[in-house]
Amino acid sequence: MSDTGDQVEIRKTPLYDLHVRLGARMVPFAGYAMPVQYPAGILKEHAATRTGAGLFDVSHMGQAFLDGLDGRDVAATLEEILPGDLRGLTPGRQKYSLLMNDAGGIEDDLMVTRVVPELGDNRLYLVVNAGCKETDFPRIAAALEGKARLTRLEDRALLALQGPEAAAVLDRFAPGVAALEFMEAGVFTILGQSCYVSRSGYTGEDGFEISIPNSGAVALAEALLGEPEVEPIGLGARDSLRLEAGLCLYGHDLDPATSPVEAGLMWAIPKRRREEANFPGAARVLSELASGPSRRRVGLKPEGRIPAREGAEIVDADGQVIGLVTSGGFGPSVNGPIAMGYVAPAHVAVGTRVGLLVRGKAIPAEVVALPFVAPRYVRKAKI
Amino acid sequence: MTNGLYFTKDHEWIKVADGVGTVGISDFAQSQLGDVVFVELPEAGRVLKAGDAVAVVESVKAASDVYCPVSGEILSFNEELPNDPALINSDAESTAWFFTIKLSDPSELDGLMTPDAYKTFLEEHA
Repeated sequence: MSDTGDQVEIRKTPLYDLHVRLGARMVPFAGYAMPVQYPAGILKEHAATRTGAGLFDVSHMGQAFLDGLDGRDVAATLEEILPGDLRGLTPGRQKYSLLMNDAGGIEDDLMVTRVVPELGDNRLYLVVNAGCKETDFPRIAAALEGKARLTRLEDRALLALQGPEAAAVLDRFAPGVAALEFMEAGVFTILGQSCYVSRSGYTGEDGFEISIPNSGAVALAEALLGEPEVEPIGLGARDSLRLEAGLCLYGHDLDPATSPVEAGLMWAIPKRRREEANFPGAARVLSELASGPSRRRVGLKPEGRIPAREGAEIVDADGQVIGLVTSGGFGPSVNGPIAMGYVAPAHVAVGTRVGLLVRGKAIPAEVVALPFVAPRYVRKAKI
Repeated sequence: MTNGLYFTKDHEWIKVADGVGTVGISDFAQSQLGDVVFVELPEAGRVLKAGDAVAVVESVKAASDVYCPVSGEILSFNEELPNDPALINSDAESTAWFFTIKLSDPSELDGLMTPDAYKTFLEEHA
């Protein structure tokens, strides 16, 4: 056995001491010391999220407010650099969007929320990936200089509570939160703290993301963990949950060379924006829409038990390389190996037989529809 | 840790009787790997040198090589492990042995660690 550890300068989230107290194994991730797993282990954490509720520390992600200046609508302004339908966001509504470069590649994916009036008029709340925040925020601020002002929220932690019991649990602390719909956000006072709560997440389960002042983060985490349905969940299970949900992980399934057409994310670029063609990278997106991209993201189901991991080459029946696995591992709910990758257009049809090269051998696999586990987002509130 | 085992710096263990070694990975190693979901074992008859990559353990997170602690010929492998790789998490230093090997140079054992030495090694390095 051998193990290697990256040595990087490490930051801590407000929950660091709590993670250590809970027995988490801490690893460096995007510049932070983060829990990869707790003593229960990834399989149990994964199952706990699918059957009960899992609590995730996602405080390493970047949070910011974006305010429109000089009477400009902030959402219309942000559309200058993002391809989503942001003008269509009504207060309290949230959208997944993409930060793109002029070559049509994806620089990051992010969540954009038009805040409810009590948090301010003409204001958006942004959440970006931890590993990209030091470039995303200056990039957005510079691109919109004089039109919008970006304010980073360094004083806020971010917790995600995910799973079928998440709504029932969180509603005990924030009455009314269970009435939110998927991709809807509001302000709730929880344990005396003003929290921005959205019904969203990245596990395929119903759930919430809760932005809370750093000073209140530990008390909230401890209170939620005190509920019988809630278990702490580390990055390991977060990754297996999002892979089963068929969701892209930035830096793996998405990168600055990959277009939204290739990634299958065109649902994030609505008809109006395609017609306007006025976002970064629009030329490539429209051209790929018209004539097809040179590769597409697909789901892959290897036969047998051997996981094919990121970087494994995808081959056709003749052994010719036709693509690359960008995320792969073991799907605990699927109870077997699963993967996503990019393949040439001739091989994207569901049912296509391919091989995944693991340790020099081609493991038989099949192109399958994503996601591997059906999502359980709550489109219409039950209460 | 179990008495009678020798350990490598790469966290394998070997127990030797009558010139035949039984090899597995340490309890520390399994705890670092987390939930094991697949194990790839060597075929019988393979001849290996000490330090050769001989097996692969796949946890939910990653694939890790297992290195052969001594030189010799693989005699058999644990047929239970492919069916129940989680055995490695529950009983790494006993029932979850990986393979047996006929030692070609028993003096190589002198370069390995006793359980006490391995414990000290872990305290210093882990």
